[in-house]
Amino acid sequence: MTFLQLKDLKIHFPTDDGLVKSVDGLSFDLERGKTLGIVGESGSGKSVTSLGILGLHKGGRAKISGEVWLDGEELVSASPEHVRSLRGKKMSMIFQDPLSAMHPYYTVGDQIIEAYRIHNKVSKKVAKKHAIDMLGRVGIPQPDRRVDSYPHEFSGGMRQRAMIAMSLSCDPELLIADEPTTALDVTVQAQILDLMRDLQRDFNAALIIITHDLGVVAELSDDILVMYGGKCIEYGAADDIFERPEHPYTWGLLGSMPRLDREVTERLLPIKGTPPSLINVPSGCAFHPRCAFEPRNGGKGRTLVPDLVETEGGHLVRCHLSREERRDIWATEIKPKLES
Amino acid sequence: MTETILSVQGLEKHFPVTKGLFKTQVGAVKAVDGISFDVRKGETLGLVGESGCGKTTTGRLITRLIEPTGGQITFQGHDITHMKQGKLRPLRRDMQMIFQDPYSSLNPRHTVGAIVGAPFRIQGIETEHGTKKAVQEILELVGLNPEHYNRYPHEFSGGQRQRIGIARTLALKPKLIIADEPVSALDVSIQAQVVNLLEDLQNELDLTYVVIAHDLSVVRHISDRVAVMYLGKIVEVAERKDLYASPMHPYTNALLSAVPIPDTRQREGRERIRLTGDVPSPLNPPPACRFHTRCWKAQEVCKTTEPPLAELAPGHAVACHFPENAPAKTEAPATVA
Repeated sequence: MTFLQLKDLKIHFPTDDGLVKSVDGLSFDLERGKTLGIVGESGSGKSVTSLGILGLHKGGRAKISGEVWLDGEELVSASPEHVRSLRGKKMSMIFQDPLSAMHPYYTVGDQIIEAYRIHNKVSKKVAKKHAIDMLGRVGIPQPDRRVDSYPHEFSGGMRQRAMIAMSLSCDPELLIADEPTTALDVTVQAQILDLMRDLQRDFNAALIIITHDLGVVAELSDDILVMYGGKCIEYGAADDIFERPEHPYTWGLLGSMPRLDREVTERLLPIKGTPPSLINVPSGCAFHPRCAFEPRNGGKGRTLVPDLVETEGGHLVRCHLSREERRDIWATEIKPKLES
Repeated sequence: MTETILSVQGLEKHFPVTKGLFKTQVGAVKAVDGISFDVRKGETLGLVGESGCGKTTTGRLITRLIEPTGGQITFQGHDITHMKQGKLRPLRRDMQMIFQDPYSSLNPRHTVGAIVGAPFRIQGIETEHGTKKAVQEILELVGLNPEHYNRYPHEFSGGQRQRIGIARTLALKPKLIIADEPVSALDVSIQAQVVNLLEDLQNELDLTYVVIAHDLSVVRHISDRVAVMYLGKIVEVAERKDLYASPMHPYTNALLSAVPIPDTRQREGRERIRLTGDVPSPLNPPPACRFHTRCWKAQEVCKTTEPPLAELAPGHAVACHFPENAPAKTEAPATVA
């Protein structure tokens, strides 16, 4: 049985300006011990997806449909109390900005202890020992002293480590990291990515890492899901996405990034236009106004939403171009430019 | 030898730390602590470093948005270090700044026309066909619709706002532009658009850039020369090619190896240098070589003597007692591409 399975998850928010379709029919599977990278630009729906899995949109104005199966339990239809009992224990989250995710009035230790004692019937003393253990495991020096520090006394990197210790304190089976290193400096980011890789091996959790940085997903992910306008537009094994990408948007992302491992190119190959507003998603293929290859499929993209279809061995693409056309464009027009 | 447009010698900025009712000074944050570099006409100098290394302060000192504590700044032959605002104003025409955050650097109550036209008003410049015409030409130059003259910043996306900021910078046809993290607040696909725009404008208008950024790949793409800063000091400065192909300072090496590469094939087998700990506080920086607390090559001498920024190969200067990739004294300098 698949450990985590999303089936056609939709999260829509009614607003005064119209219905915001943040997540619009998302499906994927994830096994224990595997890492899924979700990539997308701002407003692509990647963070809403993660909060949706954790059930953090329940009780709000969000309209949620579809199914989220976690270890044999369906969460969308489950009661908020039940989902709450799973949160922190069975699934937990690492947030982007640890300074705003932690409470400034309580010590780091108290915050770990609180979560641990909610899910485990232990004394404060035992819980504190556990908190010290966890802080030590994520590489915080002198954890027995630092456990009594307040979040502001930690540096950015240490705070993110403490955040990771907090989310791992109850041994979760599903860990969602939402832009875990975006707020950090590059040398500290490297430390945190190493740490997450090691911890995942130890804990054998399923990890979802959400980011806009293709470099970060390449470091950690087994599978990659590219989101655009609330939908998955490409999904596949990390090697497939980086070596044989088939969606024009993925090509655009790869062409937009200057890279240290390649010769300096004369010009970057950006995607024209701007990411769509989710209130007013373009008709048909959401990417068609920015797509350089849109004229080649006879204007179908303007009216028809392409289906997410498998091109080969678990590699899914949502595009009107035929498989042969896509492969031809990648091999003759895109790849040579990226590697020149 | 190309002309030097900007020259910085021993520049310092110490922010006082005060305590108590009478604000007695108890210390100083040495944000920039004695840095020297030249910027040649028509080139792009990249200034990289982690947060707190003083790169933004350097940018603000050069543009005289803050007052330097010590050192000297020479711009186009004028010593502007402590120049009075009135005398500085005519020079400001030639030296402009692009800010990081396109949301907070544009006045929400002003129209695009007023924002981009402000430099003309402040400098009292009359253009041939009026300011409106001049502004519309600049809007077109940076890829915005000139008809959006009367719109407000909130009607634009992040990338378009950054273009408005760039248009304002270009209004008076400056010679030197200081760009402080010009693309870091933008989405990946928009970053590339703005980077390309900056390069096109440089070719078209013969601009000189100082680009301040933390993203080593963006800096590599855009710069001709790169200076690496650590805790208020320049630790290495070199031609782009030399710095990325054969970095000499251990810190530069560590920075480069920490950048994640978007290629799964390189996940294994890439040489990694992992620094431990964070950047120390600039309030109380380590003595002598400031990097010695995190450096794996550090020895006794690093804790007692500060290494000078010395040119070990033509155009490649480094401040380290034990530089890597350094050419032997008799050998020709290494130029591995």
